[in-house]
Amino acid sequence: MRPGGTTPADAPGGSTPAGPAAAPVLLQVEDLRTGFEADGRTLVAVDGVSFTLHVGETLGLVGESGSGKSVTAFSIVRLVQPPGRILGGHVRFRGRDLLALDEAEMRRVRGADIALIFQEPSTALNPVYTIGDQIAEALLVHGRASRREALDRAQELLEAVRIPDPATRLRDYPHQLSGGQRQRVLIAMALACHPALVIADEPTTALDVTVQAQILELLRDMQQRFHLSLLLITHDLGVVAETADRVAIMYAGRIVEEGPVRTIFREPAHPYTRGLLASIPGGTPGERLHAIEGTVPSLDALPRGCAFGPRCPDRFAACDAERPPAYPVGADHTARCFLHRTT
Amino acid sequence: MTEPPAAGGRRLRDVVGGPMAVAGLVVVVLAAVAALFAPWLSPYDPSAQDLALRLAGPGWQHPFGLDELGRDILSRVLAGARISFLVGVVVVSVSSVVGSVLGALAGYFGGWFDELVSRLIDILLAFPGLLLAIALVAVLGPSLMHVLFALSIIGWVGYARLVRGQVLRAREIEFVQAARALGAGTPRILFRHVLPTALPAVVVQATLGMAGAIISEAALSFLGLGVQPPTPSWGTMLNAGIAHLLDAPHLTIFPGLAIALLVLGFNFLGDGLRDAADPKSVQA
Repeated sequence: MRPGGTTPADAPGGSTPAGPAAAPVLLQVEDLRTGFEADGRTLVAVDGVSFTLHVGETLGLVGESGSGKSVTAFSIVRLVQPPGRILGGHVRFRGRDLLALDEAEMRRVRGADIALIFQEPSTALNPVYTIGDQIAEALLVHGRASRREALDRAQELLEAVRIPDPATRLRDYPHQLSGGQRQRVLIAMALACHPALVIADEPTTALDVTVQAQILELLRDMQQRFHLSLLLITHDLGVVAETADRVAIMYAGRIVEEGPVRTIFREPAHPYTRGLLASIPGGTPGERLHAIEGTVPSLDALPRGCAFGPRCPDRFAACDAERPPAYPVGADHTARCFLHRTT
Repeated sequence: MTEPPAAGGRRLRDVVGGPMAVAGLVVVVLAAVAALFAPWLSPYDPSAQDLALRLAGPGWQHPFGLDELGRDILSRVLAGARISFLVGVVVVSVSSVVGSVLGALAGYFGGWFDELVSRLIDILLAFPGLLLAIALVAVLGPSLMHVLFALSIIGWVGYARLVRGQVLRAREIEFVQAARALGAGTPRILFRHVLPTALPAVVVQATLGMAGAIISEAALSFLGLGVQPPTPSWGTMLNAGIAHLLDAPHLTIFPGLAIALLVLGFNFLGDGLRDAADPKSVQA
């Protein structure tokens, strides 16, 4: 996995890199609700999620398994599998509400404007087609190139994601590549049509730790080079710290805290975030890991009040009565916790 | 464009799944060649009669002997192979294509269409296949066309059920989701990503289906519901031989052997292919 020679592909835009705050809004998710039908009931997995992503910005969406972070990602591109269903809300991409598009229009958005990178590089590639065929497919689907051009472009993309000897690799099958290389191929596929937004669903979870760092670095490079916005779904705060500009912490289908990555790591405002940060292994050998007491509540047994209430060390009366709204904690920093009620 | 992966060192028996399967393949290929070139391989016209020698046993002039009308049995067995292969190929092609498409659509889209196809499958599976074919041909009248029709009507069900299950499974596979995330439309996903995952199972089913179609045709013809005389078919030959079972057993032995060998050949080949396609299904 040595970085090969990189030749700059046609980097789009070419505009001056603007800071996230100054950059225009690319994606605005408003009150998104997605549920799953089961036994005649609807279990709400994403419960009123709202966030904004600016051009060129990386937002880390962090949460445990079942927190709704992946469902949020799939809802944005409307790929929630039945019995899952988007119940309501808006997903505005460049001002256009994706949830209002018909399926044909949505298909033109997928892959072309918004691309997805999947968690398992071993199963996200079709074993019976070559790497080249699969990268080319991304272009062919959107009629961006002839077959011949698509394969040439695929080779450039493989080079861009630093796969050595791309001309040969083009004709390889997925099983001939290592896990890290496969993830690079998936990144190449995602970048094929120059999307404005890339959603990466746990892009490093299935990889070895050493390879994880390389993939993250590649993602950062690609983001700068192609001027991408990145929605990074992960359970790994370390990944977020290295990659994201802003962080949204999800718990039981809601964003419980959101803010700039530095602020969240320095001054976490929500007890759940504090718990997560405390459970990262520290520098002291022999020290026992801190764990958050209890388990994530199941969707059909959410408490009436704050979903984190039963596990919260700072719980008080208000927490059991109703769900906390998002309170502003600082500049561009909110937390859904009654500790920050200002009255 | 696409080259086979890791070409080196794959032997035939690995590809078709073991020595028995190779034996099956040899039988099938020999029979297919014999059927294809029957008019040139036959020593006699299968309809030509030599009444003086009727019921004569096997000998140098007529290796399989002569039948009750003095016709050369070897020539008739070869001609019968053409009918068997014709029925097998037509029935398997029609039912695998129809069954796969219906099964794929039902599995992929679900909903009322899936409901409709699944119930149709249930209904057809509730009847013993051959009995349904007999009833159909009895109603329509005996002829080769009607045999092909009846066997296809009962044949597509197996493919539909198989492909529907495979498609349901494939829908969840990540690369299918990934294709959708690239913006691929339904036809592309179905034909490029979903159906190929079902292909090995369909090939196995088709190979075993050849055996089933051949034996069903023989059964229908034996009952007088299939190919009509004077066209030679293994089933009608067996039927004609019954009357002479004791005095001229070669009338039944040779067509009977032909049926048994070819059906066994296809079954061995199909079982081998199944093991090769899914090593986990090999019984210890």
